[in-house]
Amino acid sequence: MSILVNKETRLLVQGITGREGRFHTQQMIEYGTNIVAGVTPGRGGEWVEGVPVFDMVQEAVGATGANTSIVYVPARFALDAILEAADAGIQLIVCITEGIPVLDMVRVKAYLDQRGTRLIGPNCPGLITPGEAKVGIMPGRIHTPGSVGVVSRSGTLTYEVVYALTERGLGQSTAVGVGGDPVIGTDFIDVLRLFEEDPSTEQVVLIGEIGGTDEERAAKFIAEYMSKPVTAFIAGQTAPPGKRMGHAGAIISGGTGTAAEKIQALEAAGVRVARHPVEVAEIVASRG
Amino acid sequence: MKLHEYQSKRIFAQYGVPIPRGEVATTPAEARDIAVRLGTRVVVKAQVLVGGRGKAGGVVLANTPDEAEQAADRILKTPLKGLPVRKVLVDEAVDIQNEVYLGLTLDRARRRVVMMASSAGGVDIEDVARETPEKIMRAEIDPFLGLRDYQARTLAFGIGLQRGLVCSFTSIAQALYQAYISSDASLAEINPLVVTEDDELLAVDGKMLIDDNALFRHPDLAELRDPEDETPEEREARLHGLSYVKLDGEIGCLVNGAGLAMATMDLTKLYGSSPANFLDIGGGAQADKVTAALRIILSDPHVKAVLVNIFGGITRCDEVARGILEAINSLGGISVPMVVRLVGTNEEQGRQILADAHVITAGSLPEAAQKAVAAAHGEVLA
Repeated sequence: MSILVNKETRLLVQGITGREGRFHTQQMIEYGTNIVAGVTPGRGGEWVEGVPVFDMVQEAVGATGANTSIVYVPARFALDAILEAADAGIQLIVCITEGIPVLDMVRVKAYLDQRGTRLIGPNCPGLITPGEAKVGIMPGRIHTPGSVGVVSRSGTLTYEVVYALTERGLGQSTAVGVGGDPVIGTDFIDVLRLFEEDPSTEQVVLIGEIGGTDEERAAKFIAEYMSKPVTAFIAGQTAPPGKRMGHAGAIISGGTGTAAEKIQALEAAGVRVARHPVEVAEIVASRG
Repeated sequence: MKLHEYQSKRIFAQYGVPIPRGEVATTPAEARDIAVRLGTRVVVKAQVLVGGRGKAGGVVLANTPDEAEQAADRILKTPLKGLPVRKVLVDEAVDIQNEVYLGLTLDRARRRVVMMASSAGGVDIEDVARETPEKIMRAEIDPFLGLRDYQARTLAFGIGLQRGLVCSFTSIAQALYQAYISSDASLAEINPLVVTEDDELLAVDGKMLIDDNALFRHPDLAELRDPEDETPEEREARLHGLSYVKLDGEIGCLVNGAGLAMATMDLTKLYGSSPANFLDIGGGAQADKVTAALRIILSDPHVKAVLVNIFGGITRCDEVARGILEAINSLGGISVPMVVRLVGTNEEQGRQILADAHVITAGSLPEAAQKAVAAAHGEVLA
């Protein structure tokens, strides 16, 4: 068991003929992900890594029964790609693209919520259910199947934590990167709820960072609804206010969004907060 | 990207927000000419990208053109909060009856644009939010319907605006919303929006932030970027596609990924030092990008040790190692110790490339951070 992606995932790659799309298609197939189709407008009829390419998402869905899509198209076309997938009936859309204007995301989020379509990202590494399906850009080999659910706003920081978990023999049920932008499709609470309901997930690791109040809201949710132990790490304790730390969403503004506030809120909710990524694995091991 | 007051107000005016008559001057003589043309008392205002200009002496009332010239001379000569003042805005002075606040921003938790109004105009809205949050009225805006007139009216009545001004408040609110959406702003603020002695509303001060991710579709706005708003190092980093923020510590950090970069910075503090910078080389960086990153880090004289932390996925450790080597060679060696931790794609090749480079290696991130702190504090490490 797992959440969101598994052996049943029939993946469609939007932007499959681009440099990124092509490279990661090959990587995902190598991991064992069932990729059934690709889409690049104007390139229908071609093949990439043995995957048929279509001009339109609707056509690809009709021909292959794709149920999940991953988006690699450049930022200025990403809004359209997400909406095309949603309108073609795709239920889970994973958007890797970085640099999408935030007002585009405000519109997309409102539209997808009305339709009941789930979006992961944008500006995220994707998600992986070890041993079943990798729908993203993370290095597959650092993951191992197990019972720790991981949810994170970051990319390489997640790999660091997963690597430490795997080194200690702590496998993962699913690892989800929700993305580093101010407006994202699926947030901590959505994923925490799925982990709480997933029988194969026994513990949860939450990796947050400065900016916004998603960690504080997650803390409230954990206190009220979570029975499974949660271990957290928050990046950005040394970040100054008013400066954006790489991710568009990682900024302390108006005195809110500091690491200290988030750590305090999480600890008050019974979450154990690690001082560094490797310590996350130590805490999880001690609770197993 | 931050816009200056005069730039923000010009954009507001394009969409129909009433602003005072005024022009920008770069010399005291120009300020005098503008004051003569306006033919009224004027306000001379420093155009720098920091808040609190009034308290810092950057806003001066001038009764005559001579006074305007003197004020401009003084303002242009005096750095404000450490920033040079290159321009002043000379606006006609208005007689103020009352001041309110009107602004738009993104509510991240609600994933919506929100309009805020407050009867406490002329003061920092963040102070109001902290001290008297009940004075702030909010309206969440549906992205498909836009701002509804009734929402603007509700704000106007809510902040106690006199009835005769509610209509014009509503049209200003709509104009501000149009300016915000059409410019891909992340903040648009009129503070204060004043009620003049003649019972008219006027946007006396304005502020705008533009979403950097949207600048590709606003070439006209991208041109408004003030080079003074970033240090030469930050500018060079941006041109190389690096994300860099200068901090005031002693350990230069070079990392792939923003979250991991912050975690690496935090570890230097945990072990008793502090980071000199945030630097994310991004995913899949080639050697030349790493070289540029290292040169930027080493240009900071406060750096006592460099900590390189790479978790290879799309980023290849051998490329990073090549970049480090190129930087060391092109600089003719480096004078501070460097700790390098490479994990992931092609890590072995990366380590081999650096075998003769006199760098300190580490296996785990905590070990790397501890070694960097020790090296910065003068310990000699193998």
